[in-house]
Order: sequence, then structure tokens, then C-alpha cells
Amino acid sequence: MNAAANTANAELPAVIKALYEKFGESAFVRQHTAEGMPTLWTGRDKVLAVLRYLRDEHRPRYEMLLDVTAIDERTRINRQGQPASDFTVVYHPTSFSGNCDIRIKVALQMNDLNMPTAIPLWSSANWQEREIWDLFGIVFTGHPNLSRILCPPTWKGHALRKDHPARATEMEPYRMSDEIQDREQEALRFKPEEWGLTRKSENSEFMFLNFGPNHPAAHGVIRFALQLDGENVLDVVPDVGYHHRGAEKMAERQTWHTFIPYTDRIDYLGGVMNNLPYVMAVEKMAGIKVPQRVEVIRVMLAEFFRICSHLLFYGTWAVDLGQLSPLFYCFVDREKAFNIIESITGARMHPGWFRIGGVAQDLPKGWDKLIREFVDYFPARLAEYDKMVMANSMIRQRTRGVGVIDTAGAFDWAMTGPALRATGLEWDYRKQRPYSGYENFEFEVPIGVNGDCYDRAAVRVEEMRQSCRIIKQCLENMPEGPYKADHPLTTPPIKEKSKLDIETLINHFLSVSWGPVMDPTEVTMTIEATKGLNMYYLINDGGIGSYRTRIRTPSFIHIQAIPFLSRGLMLADFTAVVATTDFVMADVDR
Amino acid sequence: MFEFVVGSPLNIVLILGAVLVAAALLIWVERRVLGFLNERLGPNRVGPWGIAQSLADVGKLITKEDWVPPFADKLPFIVAPIIVPVVMLLSFAVIPIAPGVGIMDLNIGLLWVLAMAGLGSYSAMLGGLASNNKFSLLGGLRAAGQMISYEVFMGISILGIVILSDSFNLREIVEAQHKHGWFVFPQFIGFIVFVIAGLAETKRWPFDLAEGESEIISGFNTEYSGMKFGLFFVGEYIGMLLLSALIPVLFFGGWYAPFGLELPNAIISGIFWMCAKTGCWIFFFILVRAALVRPRYDQLMNYGWLVMLPLSLLNLLVTGAVVLAQGN
Repeated sequence: MNAAANTANAELPAVIKALYEKFGESAFVRQHTAEGMPTLWTGRDKVLAVLRYLRDEHRPRYEMLLDVTAIDERTRINRQGQPASDFTVVYHPTSFSGNCDIRIKVALQMNDLNMPTAIPLWSSANWQEREIWDLFGIVFTGHPNLSRILCPPTWKGHALRKDHPARATEMEPYRMSDEIQDREQEALRFKPEEWGLTRKSENSEFMFLNFGPNHPAAHGVIRFALQLDGENVLDVVPDVGYHHRGAEKMAERQTWHTFIPYTDRIDYLGGVMNNLPYVMAVEKMAGIKVPQRVEVIRVMLAEFFRICSHLLFYGTWAVDLGQLSPLFYCFVDREKAFNIIESITGARMHPGWFRIGGVAQDLPKGWDKLIREFVDYFPARLAEYDKMVMANSMIRQRTRGVGVIDTAGAFDWAMTGPALRATGLEWDYRKQRPYSGYENFEFEVPIGVNGDCYDRAAVRVEEMRQSCRIIKQCLENMPEGPYKADHPLTTPPIKEKSKLDIETLINHFLSVSWGPVMDPTEVTMTIEATKGLNMYYLINDGGIGSYRTRIRTPSFIHIQAIPFLSRGLMLADFTAVVATTDFVMADVDR
Repeated sequence: MFEFVVGSPLNIVLILGAVLVAAALLIWVERRVLGFLNERLGPNRVGPWGIAQSLADVGKLITKEDWVPPFADKLPFIVAPIIVPVVMLLSFAVIPIAPGVGIMDLNIGLLWVLAMAGLGSYSAMLGGLASNNKFSLLGGLRAAGQMISYEVFMGISILGIVILSDSFNLREIVEAQHKHGWFVFPQFIGFIVFVIAGLAETKRWPFDLAEGESEIISGFNTEYSGMKFGLFFVGEYIGMLLLSALIPVLFFGGWYAPFGLELPNAIISGIFWMCAKTGCWIFFFILVRAALVRPRYDQLMNYGWLVMLPLSLLNLLVTGAVVLAQGN
């Protein structure tokens, strides 16, 4: 163990070396993780300076704050080599130019849960800090509006603390009397002053419009409080949390294996795409290398879900602009894709079909027939939609130059995925840091030019073509072999082996009931999901499940950029911006 | 046999009945055709091919609670939905269907239609304002702006026809086309402007900004339910029927058969060709709905005042000049 640490020290990552030189080695404590991501602890007083240095001076620059989260460390057992901490705030800046990440941690003690806000560095820190305050009760001094974001404004306690109950049965039965209902409704009333908005200007009185929580174009239960001057949108305040189910909290009570179906429901349009970062993170911890066939099956299904998700975007986007028919065409195609997914996994939207170390079953007999039909049929349909939607002059008029953001802006707001590529940055996780064998596939990364609504849509349309291309390659090059890794921690293990003797039977039984038990470590796994970067940050404390699961979803981050994108537009443009942000509320609220 | 005289009670009953039945059928036809255009089936369960769907809908709407929101302005809220179907039906009174078939033979028929269309816009405005709902207010404002501005050049666009036929009487306009050929050829620009303005007047897709589902939920009729909503709905379809009947009358020779394809009886031939031409336009409007995109409000207004108005004025000017020159 020591020897390993020494050799790791000898090959100090460049970024750590640079930080040591800049701030002195004593300012940091280095933490070793199994995955090898540079992880440094630093003090609260230095963290902003460190982050600023990483963003501005260090080469390569760390342009984006991919994630900020916290850990309640009070009941964690295995913390060897880490500074004493009750609550840890974790910053995760990422570098696109250098294609690398770093994790900066700050230890906080229970009696002093204060942090300086990072909003001056990255606008995207705003909501993430609100989330941390909401769920952990850590105060960010200097934050303009540190209020509840996922839990209701009347919520008591901080839900992700270890002493907060996780199940309804641990609390008093909930009854909603008229009085409580009135109080809750009153708490939801939008008060413009709290957000620094004025009720009138010199020559007009503004209208405040609740766009949602139930609105045909809101794509789920989200509320945008709009400040309107006539039809001009002056400002927007998004209000999320209506769909919050505490997925991260549930992850702490499920075993590694039984959390898989929950991941499906995070981005419910992404299906097994959500399983992928989670199972890959667990596999990284367990040291499982999955067979090639598994990788290809996973890629194939993930790309099917990318097509499904983008098709839904395509159709609803057209409807939001006032074009009726594409929605139905897209749903017909989506249906065909779902039929294929169903014939392989047995389920349509939430298959929960990936397993630690493999997939649930082998492909069914004759699986290639439907897929072959689909890859022959789908590109022609896309070409038709191009004529109908993308080449439509009205659509161009409505969406060109609307909701513009440039690459620097996208870094500031931590926008990833198609939204980032629409600004002209050719950066796709599948290309830059291939996972699950993406390096073996031929596909292109479509980019936009202007970063407006039209480009964001165009990128997604082109991505469907590329996904179809990837699926075709999967179809033609599906390797033979097992559908599960031959590894003791594969869960559930291959059943046939349990029938040989009592030892393997016991092993199978334990594996099914407990699931894998692994050495304590921390692992981050990111993928290029349908809507942007989806990241799982798992902390394993040696138990049968996760100690802390952080799910970084693109939708949550993207929504907070909507005010930035839509100030000064008209109401009709606002729906175009909302549509091209392409979020799913389950992915936002988790 | 029956004697067909314009304005006879038999005529009135038959035409009004036919219009109402046609409007109800139209709802079903549109849903069905849209369904096929959208790769789905549309309503196909009530009666053969779902033909009785509208009846079922009316049954449902009538039996719903007749609810007025407590915060609404009661009287205008109730009056607003009644206005549309009434003025649309009144407009139908002057539509000539065949020789001797029609309700009114008015010398100012064209002006009557325009006047009724003007009144119709009150419906959406009143409904939007009386609902006391922010979405309705926005919808009502949009409706007012859109309908008033599109009315201007709707009127101007058909003045060319008045010059050519020397009459405001719709029957005489049809007769004039029988003599001089369809007005769609000399009045092509007027025709285009009229169709677009007419679409905007009926608030049909893609000019449904006043309802604009993806922006303002259902606009001026957000707070309406039951039969009051039904009246708005039926009114829209009668309006579409009216427009589809008016276009042949003004531009495509009315009840006269094209290419000399007369049927033996003049009245039957007239009714047949009138219905056929109207049907074509209805189908066109359904196609438009399936294909086009809703413009943004400012784009709609710009388009109206900066493109359509100059075009229609130009058309009027040229027509007048040509007629003057020929007269000399």
C-alpha cells in the first residue's frame, strides 16, 4: 500500500505539481483514489484562490465547474489519510483544453458550516450551492439568494444529512389539512422582490406570469416566473423541485445492485443510458473488466435511447414552435425504437437492464432483424424531417439568433452535451475519453456555429444520424462471447456456476442477497448522456451499498441558464429556448 | 316540386341546418384527415369510421357543468362565446349557394361579411378580458391586434373584385365571373392576400396566436369549459366553412361549373359545384394546419403591415388603373 503511494507520489500529476508550486505543498493534503483522479484537500480560506488559479492561470485551464457537491462524513468509517471533517464540500472543475479533471475538497466542522460562494468564478455554482444548502445545510456566504431549491420552502431539516430520515415510515404520518395546504400554497407564491425584480418601471407596470408548474410547453412540472412587459420577457426565475424524489438519499439505503433500477428513472428518457455510468463506476471499484460483447450491447442500447430522447426533443420542439405534425412522426419512429428495446430487454422506457459486470440477459435469437429494418428505415425519415422542419423558413426565422450562448458562456453556465457543441466546441465525451469501447466505432461529432436555438436542434438531429451509424456498426460487428464478466463480484453471478458445489452456491446466495462488497474508495464515472454529461460520484465506505452517491445531471445545470438565454426575448421565443434546453424534470430534480 | 327562391323559409331551414351539420362533420373530418396526415387514425370509434364523434362530443360538452370562474366578469364572460357562431351564421346568410338557393340577396353582401367578421373579433377580445386570467389576457390582446390589423387588408384585398364586377352583391360577383372568367386570374395578388387574411380572421393554424397552446396555454379561452368552450370551437369551424365558401364565390366562379362540366339541373349542379369547391378549400386549410409553423407575434404584425398591406394597396391601384384605361 505504502509502496503504491510512493510510486504515485513520484509521478505527481502535473496539475498537483503546479498547485504545490503556486500555493506551497503545506496548503494541501493529497488523497489517493482507486480511479486515479487527482484529489486534493485544501482550506476554506484558500479554495477560491485555488479555483481561480485553476480557471485562469493554470495551463491547461480548467474552464468549467462541472460539479459542486457535499458529503456528510460524520458516520463514515474508512477515512484513512483524509483530514478530519464533518461535512466536506467537493469541487470538480474540468478542463476541456487539457481533457482532465481535478477534485478539490474542503473540510468543514459541524459548528462552523460556512463556505465562501464560488458564483463570482462560475455562474453555474449558484444552484449547486443552493442545492448543498438545501440538502446539507452548509451556508455559502455571499450567495445572493440561498434558498431551498429541491425541497419545499417549508421543509424542516436537511435531507441528505445522515441523521435525516430516509423513509416516510421513519417520520410521523403526513396529513395535509386545509391549514397546511394554505400555508404551503402561500409559501409558493412568487415574490419578485426576493429575486431582485421590480414590479414596475417608469412607464409600465410588469406582469408576473406563472409559466407552470403545469404548462403545455414546460415539459414537466417546472415553474418559470416570468417578468413580462407586454410580451417581452424581462427576466425569468425558474422554480424546480416539484419532481424531487431523493434519488441520492435512496442510493444510500439500497445495495449496489438494487440501485440500478433507480438510475433509469433519473433521466427517464435516457433509459439504460442512466445505468451505464453507475454500473461502470461500480465496475471500476470492483476491478471488473466486462467482455467485449457486453460493451457493444451496452453501446447499442445506449445509442437507441439517445435516438429516442432526441426524437422526443425534435417533435416537442416543433410543437412548441407551432408545427403540429413532426411530433407524431417522431413518436412513430420512437415507437419502432422502443419495440426493439422491448424485444431485447423486456421493458420500454425503464429497462434497468445493465448489471454490475454485464447485462441481464444475452441478446434474444433473431435480435438483428428488427434492428436491421430500423437502421435502413430511419435515415430516410430523418431526411424527410430535415425538409419539413430544419429547412422550413418559418422555423429558421423563429429560432436563428434566438437564445444565443457562446462557448465561454457555456463554460460559465456549465452547459455540456449538444448545448456546448452548438457553440462550436467539438467536444464529445465518447471521442475525448472513450468508455465502453466507443473508441472502436466510427462516428462524427456534429457541432454548431452560433449557439442559438436552431444550432442546438441541428446538433441533436445530426447526432441521431451518428447514433444510427453506431448502431449499424454494432449490428455488423457484434462479438461473440459471454454477456457477463467472469468475475467474483459480477452481480448477480452466472447462475449455471452455482449448481456445481456448495461453495459456489453460497457465493451465489451472498452475491444475490448482499451484492458485491468492495474496498473503500471513491470513484467518478462520467458519460456523454442524451442531454449532456451525466456523472456518478460514488463513495464506498466498505458496505454493501454506497455511502454517498452524487448524481450530476445535465438538466439541472442547464435550467439555470434559461434566464440568461431568454432575457429580452418574446414569450414565443421563450418556449423555443425552453424546448431547446431539452431537460427532463426527473433529471433536474432527481 | 319545391320552388327555390332566395330567402324562402325552406331555404333558411335547409341552409342553416346544413351549415350546422357540416360544421359538426367538419370537426370530425379535420380530426380524421389530420390523423392520417400524422400517421395515426384519429377518432374512429363512434359510429362507422367515427362519423358520430362530434355528436358524442356535443353530448359530453352539454352535460358538463356550466361553470363560470368566480373571479371572472360574468356577463361578458357568458356573452363572448355566443358572439362567434352567431355572427358566422349571419355571414352565411349572404353566401349564394346556387341560383335561387341562399338566405339573403343583399346588395352590400360583401360589406356584410366584412362587418360580421369585425364583430367576431369581439368574441375573443371579450372572452380574454372577462376571464381575468393572465394567459387569457395575453390571448385576448393578441386576438384583438391580429384580427383588427388583418381585417384592414382583408377588406382592401377584395376591393379589386368590387371594381371588376362593379358590385358588392355576391350573386352579381358570381355572375360577373361567369361572363369574364374567374377572378383568381386578374386578382391573383388579391386572392393570396385574402386567403391569408381570412385564415388569420378565423384564428386557424398557423395564425392561432390568440390560442397559442405552447405559449399561453389556450389563450383567450383558457378559462372556458363545457358548452361555452364548445361554442368557441364550433364558431371556429363555421368560420372555416364560411371562408372556404367565400373563396370560391369571390375567386373561383361560385356555383358555376368549371370546364363546362354542368350537371343537367341548374340548382343541383350549382349546389354540387359549390360544395365541391368549398370542400377543396377545407381540405387545403387542413393541410395548412398539418404543415405550417406558427409565426411569432411581432413577425405576424410586421408581415401584415409591411408586406400584405402594401401588396393589397398595390393590387387595388393597378386594378383601378387598368379598369380606367380599358374604360377609355
